[in-house]
Amino acid sequence: MTAAPKIRIRGLSKRFGAKVVLDGIDLDLGVGESVVVIGGSGSGKSVLLKCILGILTPEAGRIEIDGEPVLTADRRRREAINRQIGMLFQGGALFDSLPVWENVAFALLARHLGDRARAREIAIAKLAQVGLAADVADLFPSELSGGMQKRVGLARAIAADPQVIFFDEPTTGLDPIMADVINTLIVKTTREVGASALSITHDMASARKIANRIAMLYQGRIIWDGLVTDIDRSGDERVDQFINGRADGPIQMAVRG
Amino acid sequence: MLKPVSRLGGVVLDLLQTIGRLVLFALAAISSAVRPPFYWRTVGRQLIDIGYFSLPVVGLTAIFTGMVLALQSYTGFSRFQAESAIPQVVVVSLLRELGPVLAGLMVAGRIGAAIAAELGTMRVTEQIDALTTLSTNPMKYLVAPRLIAGIATLPLLVLVADIIGVFGGYLVAVFKLGFNPSLYLQNTWEAFKTEDLVSGLVKAAVFGFIITLMGCFNGYHSRGGAQGVGQATTNAVVSASILILCFDYLLTELFFAK
Repeated sequence: MTAAPKIRIRGLSKRFGAKVVLDGIDLDLGVGESVVVIGGSGSGKSVLLKCILGILTPEAGRIEIDGEPVLTADRRRREAINRQIGMLFQGGALFDSLPVWENVAFALLARHLGDRARAREIAIAKLAQVGLAADVADLFPSELSGGMQKRVGLARAIAADPQVIFFDEPTTGLDPIMADVINTLIVKTTREVGASALSITHDMASARKIANRIAMLYQGRIIWDGLVTDIDRSGDERVDQFINGRADGPIQMAVRG
Repeated sequence: MLKPVSRLGGVVLDLLQTIGRLVLFALAAISSAVRPPFYWRTVGRQLIDIGYFSLPVVGLTAIFTGMVLALQSYTGFSRFQAESAIPQVVVVSLLRELGPVLAGLMVAGRIGAAIAAELGTMRVTEQIDALTTLSTNPMKYLVAPRLIAGIATLPLLVLVADIIGVFGGYLVAVFKLGFNPSLYLQNTWEAFKTEDLVSGLVKAAVFGFIITLMGCFNGYHSRGGAQGVGQATTNAVVSASILILCFDYLLTELFFAK
């Protein structure tokens, strides 16, 4: 890779009590690249994202964004770094007490970037970008369907024109058609904003659609990292088992009867 | 054989850990409340929620407390022909103790529970994490406005409770026990002391801090879905109620012990 990566992760480890969730993760996200981390439930995918965002503190390792180490940054610097990151949460994580437009324009309002009328205009423009009409702006999140909530979450993630967008299980809980709509929107909006994207999912259709590169997380380690076009010939039985969704194979799920 | 001892040790360690976390949380909350940025719109919303919407429950509690106080005092004092002390008893009891404590307990049930449930739900649905990703400090956005509103509104609520409670006592004394209205009011006014009122209002501000702090602390650290949120709500109300009674004694000792 010629250019320095947008995000560089080296030796990242995180444990909860005796349970090691991340065990020396190395991962790069290039500028304008879309990387999808796949892995089973409980494999530590969300923990990885939360460590990058500063929501969780890892025990060891290094995370750099634009070459700047972020784990040692103070709160103010951390907030400044997070301003270039947008995030779409698995469940949307929309603020129930605020109408849709205030959710979308939250970062603008919180940072007092312009007046409320201007913030509302931007919110409505971002809603249009994800295919939602202006009349949705005054509804509350509880009045929206799951797919609409994801779209609003996506509009919020891109509202401040971030340089990096994180997607946490973007298609979970959606029907296949709506999942494809969201995947298409992710590809479209990420390109429009010109952002790098780091997604985590166990939905292979979603991964194939939005990724340039895929990395597989298993037992706290990245066991395969390569181009999406190469994943079907990874040569790793665990990757093959996962992407084909087979119960038989080296990965044994803990099932209690 | 050592199992009960080990279990007891575990409970003590858990308790100490929780106290430590609470103290750190309280310091962070105070620091967030006194340093910019301030979210005044959220503070305004909380002032209305905590203050204005608590008025009916606090008012009802106060009026019945004042009425019962007058009635009970009469049944006791009439044995010693000391009925004339009823206005003094009502005003001193309400201003010093019953106004702040009962208003505090009622608001703890109403607001402490609501704050814990709201923040708890925000925690388990990742809304608090979302704030962090939007470069907004959750302590400043969620905790500080509630703390400010709690400290500001409880004294006002207690002031209203004091007035309504004294009025409740007046109603029973005049319309049921046959006291002379103007004499009752005159005795009430003579029994009124500024330090009684001020001590009650200071207590109210402390109780406002305790209620909002315990609601925020328990909600902020809730885990495990609906059950966790329910547990946080219960803990917020129970811990705030106990701390209110505990601090009531400490403040009374501070103000009135000679």
